[in-house]
Amino acid sequence: MNQSSKLKTVLKWILNILIFLIFFVPFYWMLLTSIKSLGETLQFPPTFLVKTPHFENFKNAFEAIPFLKFTVNSIVVALGTLFFQFITVVPAAYAYARYKFKFKSIFFGATLATMMIPAQLIFLPVFLLFSKWGMINTYWSLILPYASSAFGIFMLRQTFMQVPEELIEAARLDKSSEFQIVTKIMLPIAKPTLVTLALLTFIETWNNYFWPLVMTTNDTVRTLPLGIASLRMVESGINYHTVMAGNVILIIPILIAYFFAQRHIIEAFTYMGEK
Amino acid sequence: MANNYVSDRRSQSIESRALKVNTRGETLKIIGKKALPYGLVAPSLVVFIVFMIYPMIYMIYLSFHKWNMLSDKTFIGFSNYTKLFSDPSFLEVVMTTVKFMVGTVSVSVILALILALYLKENTAINKFLQSVIFAPYIVSLVSISFIFMWMMDSDLGLFNYALNLLHLPTVRWLENPNVAIYSLVLVNVWKGVGYYTLIFISAFQSIPPYLYEAAKLDNASKTKTFFKITLPMISPTLFFITLTGIIGGLKVFETINIMTAGANGTNTLVYNLYQYGFQFHKIGYASAMGVILMVIIGILTLFYFNTLSKRVHYR
Repeated sequence: MNQSSKLKTVLKWILNILIFLIFFVPFYWMLLTSIKSLGETLQFPPTFLVKTPHFENFKNAFEAIPFLKFTVNSIVVALGTLFFQFITVVPAAYAYARYKFKFKSIFFGATLATMMIPAQLIFLPVFLLFSKWGMINTYWSLILPYASSAFGIFMLRQTFMQVPEELIEAARLDKSSEFQIVTKIMLPIAKPTLVTLALLTFIETWNNYFWPLVMTTNDTVRTLPLGIASLRMVESGINYHTVMAGNVILIIPILIAYFFAQRHIIEAFTYMGEK
Repeated sequence: MANNYVSDRRSQSIESRALKVNTRGETLKIIGKKALPYGLVAPSLVVFIVFMIYPMIYMIYLSFHKWNMLSDKTFIGFSNYTKLFSDPSFLEVVMTTVKFMVGTVSVSVILALILALYLKENTAINKFLQSVIFAPYIVSLVSISFIFMWMMDSDLGLFNYALNLLHLPTVRWLENPNVAIYSLVLVNVWKGVGYYTLIFISAFQSIPPYLYEAAKLDNASKTKTFFKITLPMISPTLFFITLTGIIGGLKVFETINIMTAGANGTNTLVYNLYQYGFQFHKIGYASAMGVILMVIIGILTLFYFNTLSKRVHYR
């Protein structure tokens, strides 16, 4: 190895470590703060290691807010959303992939266009709608607006269109009903797409802060991100050690999912950009 | 032979009778077959119409009214709009939104391009770094906002500690009205840059290698190759990312809500809309803001689909 390529390798490693640190340190800082005592969080210069971890921060976070309730709400909303999306997305994707019918392109175009409508634009009229129906502070107000997914329909349709025609013809000759064709042929083939879509929906629902915030006026159906946000209000000034403990609990399921299904998750999120 | 003829006739008439009996069932079946696709797409369409399209129409209707949710609505024509455009604080909100959007999109795209060029080779270390820089994208913006709020604390934060170490003057990241909005830009760039990087990397990988071989034969410099081949080839991706970035920037809420609550020059369109709707209960006025936001997003969307359809055609 000559002098200049040696230098290049060293520079490259310095750069690699720098990139790693920029994205890792904030997470490390969260973990570290979550096991610091209040006194340690008030020290300046800050300490970079903890001598005795204070796991009671997690206990305090659990006791400061109805933590279990928030967690149950988060799970109910995520599973409910997944259920409704499954029963609305699969039939629609199948119809758009396999049938010719009048207004198809208008329906499909309108479906795609709704992808561009952010929740932050329409929350006010939707809130008024739900309050007219007396459904504020119910799970319905959190689940129903997300009961279908334009992106899901789009992605699943692509998958369904790739299923070879012969497979379906063969099933029709065997006198299979349309329903059987979907459950016996289409869904098993589309399994990877379905897993990807489910992960995407789960992550987005789990992280959603804005929608539950604007659709609720009390804690009955509030979800975990709102719970974490309310941790800071517990005492005067922000107790960062407690907030970070709550944060760790909010982030961990997502990071575990990311660790095991990284390719699926990255694919789901970057799919639109690659098309 | 005659016998045969008769039996033929008979079977024919049986067939025709069977056909007649079946007609009703058959017609129903045909109608069913025709209606089936509509039935399949209906549930999804109902959701989109009730929770997306109808609310937008209702918002336009509300924007012509004065309403505080307690008294009755009164029709006031375009008053909300004329009031909005003559309100200096609203113009400030628009300027803040533009600052935030342009800042986030330009910094994210340039950084992501550089990172993508640096990490595009499929080595083990690059793959590892790719998943590290993507991780913030799937973490809740609430958590990220709290983490950065803590690191940006003026007295106890990690950022000012680092500036101290380097003997630089400290910054009041979230309190200084000239700085706060850019601190929020920094948070959103940190969260999103990994996403953009991965999209750029996959765009790079779809460029046919023979183009680079040809450039090599011509002894083209690296810079020239980048500007003459790489950049034009990924321009559709660049366009896509810029547009999604702009819309993403328009709708940012969590960072502002948690880190500054709209204070210190960080009040954006969406946050202002939330405040007027939910804190001041000026439904008509907030709706007018919503309609303006809707028009902006509508124009961007048209622009986007127009280019998208051209792109499909081109391919």
